Order: sequence, then C-alpha cells, then structure tokens
Amino acid sequence: MKTEAETLHGAAQPRPISFAFLAQIILIMNSFIMLYPVVVMVLSAFKTTGEIFEHPFALPDFTQVQNFTRVLGETSMPTYFVNSIIVTGVSILLILVLGTMAGYAVARYESRTNTFILLFFLAGLMLPLKLAVIPLFILLRDLGLLDTRWSLIVTYTAIGLPSAVFIMAGFLRSLPSELEDAARIDGASEPRIMWSVMLPLARPPMAIAAIQNAVPIWNDFFFPLVFIQTDAYKTLPQGLTTFMGEYTTDWGMLFAGLTIAAAPITLLYIALSRQFIQGMTAGAVK
Amino acid sequence: MANVSIRDVRKSFGTVSIIKGVDIDIQDGEFVILVGPSGCGKSTLLRMIAGLEDITDGEIRIGPRVVNDVPPKDRDIAMVFQSYALYPHMTVAENMAFSLRLKGLPKAEQAKRVQDAAASLGLTPLLDRYPRQLSGGQRQRVAMGRAIVRDPQVFLFDEPLSNLDAKLRVAMRAEIKELHQRLKTTTVYVTHDQIEAMTMADKIVVMHDGVVEQVGAPLELYDRPANLFVAGFIGSPAMNFIDGRLDASGLVLSSGAVLPLDRTPPVAAGSKLTYGIRPEHLQIAPAGTLGAIPATVAVVEPTGSDTTLIVKAEGGNLTVLLRERCDLRPGEAVALKPVSHQAHLFDEAGRRVATI
Repeated sequence: MKTEAETLHGAAQPRPISFAFLAQIILIMNSFIMLYPVVVMVLSAFKTTGEIFEHPFALPDFTQVQNFTRVLGETSMPTYFVNSIIVTGVSILLILVLGTMAGYAVARYESRTNTFILLFFLAGLMLPLKLAVIPLFILLRDLGLLDTRWSLIVTYTAIGLPSAVFIMAGFLRSLPSELEDAARIDGASEPRIMWSVMLPLARPPMAIAAIQNAVPIWNDFFFPLVFIQTDAYKTLPQGLTTFMGEYTTDWGMLFAGLTIAAAPITLLYIALSRQFIQGMTAGAVK
Repeated sequence: MANVSIRDVRKSFGTVSIIKGVDIDIQDGEFVILVGPSGCGKSTLLRMIAGLEDITDGEIRIGPRVVNDVPPKDRDIAMVFQSYALYPHMTVAENMAFSLRLKGLPKAEQAKRVQDAAASLGLTPLLDRYPRQLSGGQRQRVAMGRAIVRDPQVFLFDEPLSNLDAKLRVAMRAEIKELHQRLKTTTVYVTHDQIEAMTMADKIVVMHDGVVEQVGAPLELYDRPANLFVAGFIGSPAMNFIDGRLDASGLVLSSGAVLPLDRTPPVAAGSKLTYGIRPEHLQIAPAGTLGAIPATVAVVEPTGSDTTLIVKAEGGNLTVLLRERCDLRPGEAVALKPVSHQAHLFDEAGRRVATI
C-alpha cells in the first residue's frame, strides 16, 4: 500500500507528455496551416492590389467591397457561378439517385449478376477518367454534347457513381433486412420501402457521398478546360483564370472571385458535416 | 380472424431441402407455437406464412383463400420480429401508424387506433419517443402495438422474447398470453424455448429437420411424446434415457444388469429398446430395494422449491427431480424406483411403443 508521501511524490513527478497532447498540438498546427490561405484569401478580397503587396498581413477595411461589386457587376462571374451550381447540383443529384438505387439493388436483391455489377462499379474506382480524356472527348463530340453543361454533368456523374455505389451498398447492407420485411408486411411497396424506410436511414452515407463528390466537381478545372469553349457555359475555376492577365493581374478582384467561389462548398460542408457524425440506426435493432 | 391451413408445404434453397412436407391445421383463434432446435425450419415456415419466403411446393391457406402467391401486405397478417424491426427514424406513434397510413385510413381513425393500442399496452406516455430512447421491453411492446393496430386475421411472432433478459421474458410471456386471451386472434409463434412453448401454447408443433415430429396440447406432448426426439426436447430437466434389449426378465442393459418392467411391452423379445423416464418420475428408495435401479449420488442441486440430483447408474448418468428437500450427499448409494405408468419405451426407430 502507498503511503501519503509516496502518493504526493508520484503526483509531483513530471509525467511524460501524453500522445494525445502531442496529437492535439500537431492538429492545431495543421489547422493553422490549412486555414492560413483561406484567411489570406478572404482578407485580400477586401484590399486593392497595391494594399495586398504593401501590407499583406494587415487587416483590411471590411467596408471596402468594391472588389466584390466589380467582380459581380463587370465580369461574367455570375454566369460562371450559376454554371457551377447547375453542373455540381445536377451531377450530385444524379450520383445520389442512381448511386443509392444501384447500391440498394446490389446490397439486397440476391442474384448471380450482383457481384459482377458491384465489381464493375468498383473497377470504375480504380480507373482515372482523365486518362481516357481523348476517347471521352470523341464520344462527347459524337453525342453532340461537347461545349454544353451536359458534357460535364455526364462525366462527373460517371466519375462519382462508383464511390457512391460502394458507400451506399456497404451501408444499406448493414441495415437489418427485418426492417424491410416489417415494411413489406405493413403494406409498403418496394419504392415506398426505399423512400420511407431506407432513405431516411441512409442520410449519413448520402451526405458522405455528396460531399466527397461535390468538392472535386466544384473545384474541377480539367474537364471544363477540355470540353467548354463558350464563355456562357464556363464554370468558376475555369472562369477565374480570365482574371489572370498575361501581363497584369488584379489580385484584389481575383481574391474576391475566389472567396465567392469557395463560399458555397464551404457552407455545404459545414451543413452536411453533422450528418457525418449522426448515428441514425441506434435503436433499430437491439 | 381466420384459420390457417398448411398442406404438404416444402421449401428448398437450391438442392438443400429445408422443409420437407409439413401439414398443420390451425383453428380460428388458436395460439399455436412452432418449436424446435435451431435450423429445424420453424422460422422459415413462419416467413412462408407471412409471405416473406416463397413456397417451393404445397399450399398455405389463410381463411378460405390460398395465399401462395399473395404478397405479404394482402395477407392480412401482422408480424413481430426477433429484433423488433422498429423504424428508427419514426416515433412510437408513427411506427404504430405506418401501416394504417399506407392503407390510407383517415388521420382521426389512425390516431384513435394508435391511442387504443397504446393504452392497452401501457405505451401512452411513450408515443412521442423514438425507438432508441426505449428499453428492450418497451421496444418489444411497441412491436406488438404495431401488430395490434392493424387488427389482422393472424399474428405471427418470430422469437419475440429471445432478446430480453430472463426476468422480463417471463413477464412478457404472461403479457402476450393475456393479450391473446383478450383479442382471440389466431396466433402463430416461433420459439426454440420449450418452456415458452409449454406455458403459452394452445397447441404445440414440434419440428425437427424440416418435418413435424408431433402436434398436440402442451401436456399431451409432455405425457405422451410420440418419439424419442419429442421426449427429449420437451421438458426441463430433460427425460432420462436408458438403452437396452427386451428379455423375459425385463430390459437388459449393456452392462448385463436387468431393469425389471412392470408390464411386457407389445414388441418381440430380443428387440432393442430405449427406456425413457422423466426426472420427477424417479423416486429415491433405500439402497438395495428390490426392483429398483441401484445408483450413486454424483451432484446435488438444491433450488429451494425443488432439488435436482444427478446420479450414476448402470445406464449412465440419470437426473432425478425431487419436489421435497433431501439430505443426500455426493457418493451416497441409493436406489431409484420408477413411478409406474410413467415410463416410455421407444423402439429402434425412435417411436414410442408403450408407456408402462
């Protein structure tokens, strides 16, 4: 048994810094590194190009919004913004609808072709579509989709589907099949089971599939560059390059444009991140 | 309400035959329990009645209607699952009203039915909770409530109590039985627990390896088991079995010892028989009593209300259940006297040939 003195001595001894503490420090430093460019971007959006180079770290006068008004008023930025919203929105919608339906079928309906279909989707995960850009270009040209928003939407949907099917099938398989049996006996049709029972439970993986696909689609520069020529169909990342002149660049306006471009996806992430953590199935079965 | 009739029903998955021709008649308002060890096909049979599993061959009728090709929702049945299968994203009230909502019943009627069912199960204060906020017993009750609101022709229960702890199980057992007596709805209940079967059923169907071994009232099965399997499955502690060969002097055991029989069974002398006797039908007599089985006490298990003895005898270990307390000690020599007219003899195929 320890005496009181020993206990006190033990408490006074410097304890080795715990792993958790070190991890915290590293994570805090990491979040600084991650947030720094974002903060500089937002701050610079309120400065003129001159101010940016004179006082790169100074806090700007937040009432100076002329960069924003000029970006929105004098450039095609609003068009790019709407295009990005349409392309990303429709792509994510298609990915979620098709991915969930395919995932449900793969997870639940027993058949011999099942495994084959899942493997087919998984093969898509391993294939970088950028490698196939030339045949893809020819295909879209022959389909008459080149230089339209659809060229981007179908490409992004194809890229996003494998991971969505993979995520959804894995999750739906983990839901107890007795839930579907109960719904079947309660009188629900198959689409109804999907809509009223499975989908409300599948919100967390759908949020994951949505965010995981939305960020790269929103930020993608490559496919718009290859497929889109008409200014009216350009998306944000491609459109923003027009702000960078060959000889001069209005950095203030560029940062304002970047801030506007980054805002929706950041907000989406914040909105959906709660779904990541939510465990909806607690209480479904014992 | 309706009767259920199962005619020569078979089920196979590929080449594996799970149910090999089952005939069961369930009367209107009857509480029937399908019981058997795991893998005997009882849950599959229940799922076939529910329509969740295709019927390979045979015919199932609910009321006058053949339901083989009727989808579950049109069979007018309600089912309670082992895992309860409550919808996690719906409140208790929404869970119970789901089937009514799908049927398109008016809102007021839905609410009234849910209220009534909740009141009868003591769920009224829980109607706004989510399943994850309920205890196991409460979830079980919600699952039953979901079945009751539909007022179906047949209730199906698939091992509903196996996720509950022992004490709650006994309480829910009584509650389900009471519910059945009140509603008088035809009920088919699946369990592997023979105590549940004995205490709740009007009629027990003992299944084994995809066939029905015996159908009958609980005490009928207990007193007159049709074969070795039923004799061994029904009853706790289980029946004692002693193998031997019939002889003029009685049952000759493998060791050469003779177990005298009160009456001669109607089988040829020399045939192999299994002698079965329930633990409570063996009485302790002083060592050396004539016509009794000599044995040595191995284990004494007092439970307060009764005492279980495990004794070593010629035929192997035997269990004896005494209703009174006793001061026997391990190692003590005793004699076991079978109560007459309570022992069963089974032939080589396992059929009961006589009760003596």
